[in-house]
Amino acid sequence: MAIQIQVNGKTHSVDTPPQTPLLYALRNDCDVNSAKYGCGAGQCGACTVIVNGNQVRSCITPISAIKGNITTLEDYQNDPVLKALNKSFIAEQAAQCGFCIAGMMMSAKGLLDKNKNPSDAQIKIALNGNLCRCGTYSRILKAVKSAAKELA
Amino acid sequence: MNAPFKNSRRQFLFQSTGLVIGFTFGSELVADNTAPDLPIDLKNNLNINSWLYVDPAGKIDVFSGKVEFGQGIATAFRQIVADEMDVIIERVNILPCVTGIAPNEGVTSGSQSVEFGGLALRYACAQARGTLLEKASQSLKVPIGDLSIKDGVISAKSGETVDYWKLTSTELLQQKADGRYKPKPVTNHRYIGQSIQRIDIPAKVSGGVAYVQDMKFPGMLHARVVRPPAPRAQLISINESAIKSMPGVVAIVKSGSFLAVVAQREEQAVNALVEAKKQSKWEMANDLPSTYAQWHKTMIEASNLDTEHAVKKDPSKQGKKIIAGEFTKPFIAHASIGPSCAIAILKDGVTTIYNHAQGMYPLQRDIVKALQVPADKVVCVHREGSGMYGQSGADDVALDAALIARELPNQHIRVQWMRDDEFKWEPYNSAMTVKIRASLDEGGNIANWTQDIYSNTHSTRPGEKEGNNLISSWYMANPQKRSPVTNIPLPAGGSHRNGIPLYSFPNQQINNHLVQEMPVRVSAFRTLGAFANIFAIESMMDKLAKEANADPVEFRLRHLQNQRGKDVILKVAEMSNWKPNPKRVKKNGKLYGRGVAFSQYKNLQVYCAVVCDIEVDGNGKIRVTDVWAAAEAGLIINPDGFKNQIEGGLIQTISWTIYEEVKFNQAGIQTASWADYPILRFEDVPNIQVELINRPNEKSIGVGEGNAPIAGAIANALAMATNGRVYDLPLSPARVKKLFT
Repeated sequence: MAIQIQVNGKTHSVDTPPQTPLLYALRNDCDVNSAKYGCGAGQCGACTVIVNGNQVRSCITPISAIKGNITTLEDYQNDPVLKALNKSFIAEQAAQCGFCIAGMMMSAKGLLDKNKNPSDAQIKIALNGNLCRCGTYSRILKAVKSAAKELA
Repeated sequence: MNAPFKNSRRQFLFQSTGLVIGFTFGSELVADNTAPDLPIDLKNNLNINSWLYVDPAGKIDVFSGKVEFGQGIATAFRQIVADEMDVIIERVNILPCVTGIAPNEGVTSGSQSVEFGGLALRYACAQARGTLLEKASQSLKVPIGDLSIKDGVISAKSGETVDYWKLTSTELLQQKADGRYKPKPVTNHRYIGQSIQRIDIPAKVSGGVAYVQDMKFPGMLHARVVRPPAPRAQLISINESAIKSMPGVVAIVKSGSFLAVVAQREEQAVNALVEAKKQSKWEMANDLPSTYAQWHKTMIEASNLDTEHAVKKDPSKQGKKIIAGEFTKPFIAHASIGPSCAIAILKDGVTTIYNHAQGMYPLQRDIVKALQVPADKVVCVHREGSGMYGQSGADDVALDAALIARELPNQHIRVQWMRDDEFKWEPYNSAMTVKIRASLDEGGNIANWTQDIYSNTHSTRPGEKEGNNLISSWYMANPQKRSPVTNIPLPAGGSHRNGIPLYSFPNQQINNHLVQEMPVRVSAFRTLGAFANIFAIESMMDKLAKEANADPVEFRLRHLQNQRGKDVILKVAEMSNWKPNPKRVKKNGKLYGRGVAFSQYKNLQVYCAVVCDIEVDGNGKIRVTDVWAAAEAGLIINPDGFKNQIEGGLIQTISWTIYEEVKFNQAGIQTASWADYPILRFEDVPNIQVELINRPNEKSIGVGEGNAPIAGAIANALAMATNGRVYDLPLSPARVKKLFT
């Protein structure tokens, strides 16, 4: 039976069992590229999206558990926080392979939505569940800080 | 398709891979190793039009055999081409590597892309630009010397102009490289040397199609490989009907012990994989070493290929006191955030594979061997994937996709490895043991240095003449044998990479013991053997400095003849405000220390000296708080890209040093998830400052692997903080705690 989900304001109908991880529906049915498969266990953060203001690991969240609009990085043109992050991540060149970056940006959005002026320590805590293998952490930190400044 | 194609096969390649550009080719790629004075990659791919095409539409299409994986190489190449061709950078279009079209430049590895690929491009562009000038000279009837170029517009002094886009033709660059035009002097560079923003980043920060994982094709099927529970396990049986009846399952592909499930939807493929693991029976090999201790012992005792290197003898200079150290390093995983992925389709007898491996041509070679088809029946197309720090599972998944596509023609097959597939099946960085014995003379100088290196090879990449290095070729029906084991020879070296200290000692001998037995799969990983060798050498230098009552910085400078090496050490000492013989500090139950280390990668590439400050808590956990690094790599192409590579490399290497080891026992690899394999997280990120030295008159050398010395610097900081030393990596809390309890 088809399940309805709302992604960046648009409703999609997905024909999949209710226990299907949200990630697969987003990527294969809802035109989302940003949320990535990294571990399938909620351990790396590459699949992070925002639902009702909260960070959600879409790889371990059943599609049926979602109530409300799902925000992904694709919405950056409409979402002022994502737009600022998009700009600052480019300005700081805060990516190497970039596979973790969308997840980093979504976790950063989760933080900035609640805290307009986070300290370095608060950013590190908010993003501590997002792994980066290329070692881009210090640039990501700078990019999040500069986005916060832009939004202030 | 704008331009006529003289070669239908290449036309087909373009159409089949979806690349739409105006381009023409010579009949074949030509290699001529006797061509004088040309960069090696150009000698191997002599036709200028195999490198670039000047498009009448006002752009320059560039083919490179080197691939982008977030290290910024496409951007560096754009800078090089824009400068050499005298056009604005926006006109330069770097195309992905496609076998049969792009020049064959082997593997993108070893920090050699700018040094080799970039240099070849500079020469190819110089000749293209010169050819355009020749044409303009004829057309305007003005000597070449009286012409100038601005953004592709060639002007005579009279004010008459003609541009590239009118002068170009499909035949223009159908010529062999001959070196008649040399690249520009650095003073004429506009883009080289600037921190140009990377072209690959915008798609990555906006949800664009940036990776092979993001590619979608109509009717694409999803597959998962059912890997054996452990290396060399053989499939006994599988209850196929239990899986075939599952929703969406399209096929089970079975060949020997190669087993895969294919479904319409991705989650259906994942469910089928889970079920197939339950429904399959395997005969286990149980042939892995039981512990690291056993493996390090085996490496020393096994029958190995032994070679001697860099032997120096000066009987007049003998040391009195012998100082020895035995250092070990475990297997380390590449552990890219995104597991490997490939998409393949078999159509009209040709298998086209989209994939993120580091070398499309070497990959093609092993896939051709596995499929037993003519070489032109396999086309490998590069698309980016998650971080490539050497040979991950990227090559293997390409063969997986090809084997499945063979059974289901005319449909795109997407194979995505699961997290545990990647952790258990990627080839690791080889475990190593490095023994050093050294002695000091009466003046406190090193008189003798003997180093014994025990390790498996550090490269089992695909593309060898014999055998096959892709996993599934070993498990399929009529399995193929691994390629013969070789060690990358010096001066670059494999297991003995950086095994020869850059310091000068009157007596020296390096013994390399290449371990033949290889129960755990290994291959290239960032810095290869250099990581363990530099860790051992730089640890030993501090141990000897302490014995000689010398300051570690002064002691290194004293033993180093190489001025460029000295300069980065002096620079980092200045940056970190190094005070001779720093003392340990104890405060609030924590110990604090500072350490220094240095290397020139491969003794050929980037010079990098680092200083770090660490704190050690009561549980033995090390946290690196501050890092200073000074690096030099000749002429800098892109300063920010260089810094990004150094910063990232140092952070990654701090992670290797403090946290990482692949776990195994006799039954199999026991590392399957991030819970089993912690890496450095945000909370442990140090402050990091990188400064570069530019040497415009020295050739550009690779910058991607300046990271190795940080391990030695941490070990030296730890030795200072605790008055003890850990010789075994990782510098884990359990090991560190033993130093003070």
